[in-house]
Amino acid sequence: MNAEASVIRTQPLPGDFAIWIFIFAELTVFGVLFAAYAFARSAHADLFNAAQLGLNRVYGLANTLILVTSSYFVVRATQSIKAGRSTACGHWLVGALGLGGCFLAVKLAEFHQDLAQGISLSANLFDMFYLSLTFFHFMHVVMGMAILAVVAHKAYAGRYSVADHTGVETGASYWHMVDLVWIILFALVYVIH
Amino acid sequence: MKYQSQAVAKPYFIAALALFVGQIVFGLIAGLQYLYGTFLFPELPFDVAHMSHTNLLIVWLLMAFMGAAYFIVPEEAQTELYSPKLALVTFWVFLTAGALTIAAYLFVPYAHLAAITGNAALPTMGRGYLEQPLPIKIGIVLVALSLLFNVTMTLIKGRKTSINLILVGSLWGLALLFLPAFYFPQDTVKASFGWWWIVHGWVEGDWELILGALLGFILIKMTGVDREIVEKWIYIIVAMTLVSGLVGIGHHYYYTGAPSYWIWLGSIFSALEPLPFMLLIAFSFKMLLARRREHPNKAAMLWALGTPIMAFLGAGLWGFMITLAPAQYYMHGTNFTAAHGHLAFFGAYAMVSLAIISYAMPLLRGRIANSDAAQRWEMAGFWIMVLSMLGIALALTGAGIVTVVLQRAAADPMPFMQVQDKERVFFWLRELAGVGFFVGLLVYLRSFFISGEYEYAGEMKRALAA
Repeated sequence: MNAEASVIRTQPLPGDFAIWIFIFAELTVFGVLFAAYAFARSAHADLFNAAQLGLNRVYGLANTLILVTSSYFVVRATQSIKAGRSTACGHWLVGALGLGGCFLAVKLAEFHQDLAQGISLSANLFDMFYLSLTFFHFMHVVMGMAILAVVAHKAYAGRYSVADHTGVETGASYWHMVDLVWIILFALVYVIH
Repeated sequence: MKYQSQAVAKPYFIAALALFVGQIVFGLIAGLQYLYGTFLFPELPFDVAHMSHTNLLIVWLLMAFMGAAYFIVPEEAQTELYSPKLALVTFWVFLTAGALTIAAYLFVPYAHLAAITGNAALPTMGRGYLEQPLPIKIGIVLVALSLLFNVTMTLIKGRKTSINLILVGSLWGLALLFLPAFYFPQDTVKASFGWWWIVHGWVEGDWELILGALLGFILIKMTGVDREIVEKWIYIIVAMTLVSGLVGIGHHYYYTGAPSYWIWLGSIFSALEPLPFMLLIAFSFKMLLARRREHPNKAAMLWALGTPIMAFLGAGLWGFMITLAPAQYYMHGTNFTAAHGHLAFFGAYAMVSLAIISYAMPLLRGRIANSDAAQRWEMAGFWIMVLSMLGIALALTGAGIVTVVLQRAAADPMPFMQVQDKERVFFWLRELAGVGFFVGLLVYLRSFFISGEYEYAGEMKRALAA
């Protein structure tokens, strides 16, 4: 084992430990939802395959790219604060917030189209899962944005430094979770046939 | 006690415990009526005993929560209560209203009570837990408004800690969630929804936040762990409660008349409701391990650590057992529900009330902790009550299994009353455990009458000798 590997291995989790407990709990929640989806799909594979065609994958793909890019912005924000550049950190976070806003706008447009097409909670089991999962995730994006907004505000106020930037890492960790869940959700609900 | 005005919590706590005794007496009577249907009939029919049992539960818990608020809010806000006088007046109004209600249940036939209290003008009576006559319901709202005014004004003029914000916020939620009590339309679906939101909005949502705030306060005080660490945990627990609870309370919507997608949404999210309780256990024990001092009030610590475990068992585990739609199809309304109700109400809300009373009462009586002897009685009471309540829950679970096997899932379902006969052994076990619980309660109450305070010197000597 070389020295670098041992350094990486002994490094603690980035951000506040409490956020990892929360991330663990959140992933459990989504895990249960995905398991329920899989359970329902196995019993109604034909229905799920047919109903899935009603979704607009372009919206889904666009939102995937938006969230992945926003995660990159958050990474740059973390790197900036580690280099002591508070203002740059704030700018990157505002960029990520902007992309979060784009995600919400695209998702709302998609929901609007869904409703027009007759997709509803009562329409069929697939639509119920699709709407519940994506709306539940939508609320998580809103919450992640609230966290990033607080972190950005503090970054501009100069409350973080090279030595103390746990808050930035905490916000970033949560945002990455929101992104990660979407990637799984996109593959599971929009793509896998 | 840091602020004089915190003393108003004392009558609330004493009244809460007195009403608790009343609740258990009616519980024992109702339990016996399961075995001997005509016991005390017609003077005290089962429905009146049952109604008194559940109404007293709600009233004593509200008493305890109010006492807790009057004790905690000034201390957290670092200022005297806005109006101690108002708090005392409110106490007497609430106690009188509560006592009048129970007396009315006992001495006036329910239909007559409804007629003379204006139920025809605005029908509100008759639903479980919400049997109170209209004037009493209005009184409850006024009492709640008085409490909210008092604690909110205190909060505004003082320090705004997270514990205080969550506590006062959830007390507002408690009051707002009571308002559907005035909505009792002819349409049974809508009426059920109104009822559901009150009781389940409380126990699966709002009250969990109160529980988190009370436990957080007790653990900050007793362990000396940094406030920021406790607050972080409390925020996570609050967030998980809302994530699981808001949709999770939909686990009976389908059976109430809502669209079928609620079978899925209700099942999934209510299955997640044990999560915040697991977090509460992790939180409490982490704080215990990280403690910076040994608080002399060991009994309060025992209550504080017992609460999340029993809440997890009662609300989490027993709740999960009956919440998934396929299970609920067979189990709903059987004694499984009663087992869950008993263990959850006691484990979560009764125990956290007893925890804050255990922590605050010695301080209100002018000492940091009770004498060692008093604490031994209190802790004996804790164990007898906890084990007895587990006995009650297990006995009722047994009765629930019998109903499911012989009636709900049987190819040739046995009639209800015959099934009840087959369950006699479990009803006896429940009654015996109930007597055990009552003994535990008396042992617990005995601890309040042992004078003297905790002596550091004596304890130190004993510890060194050992």
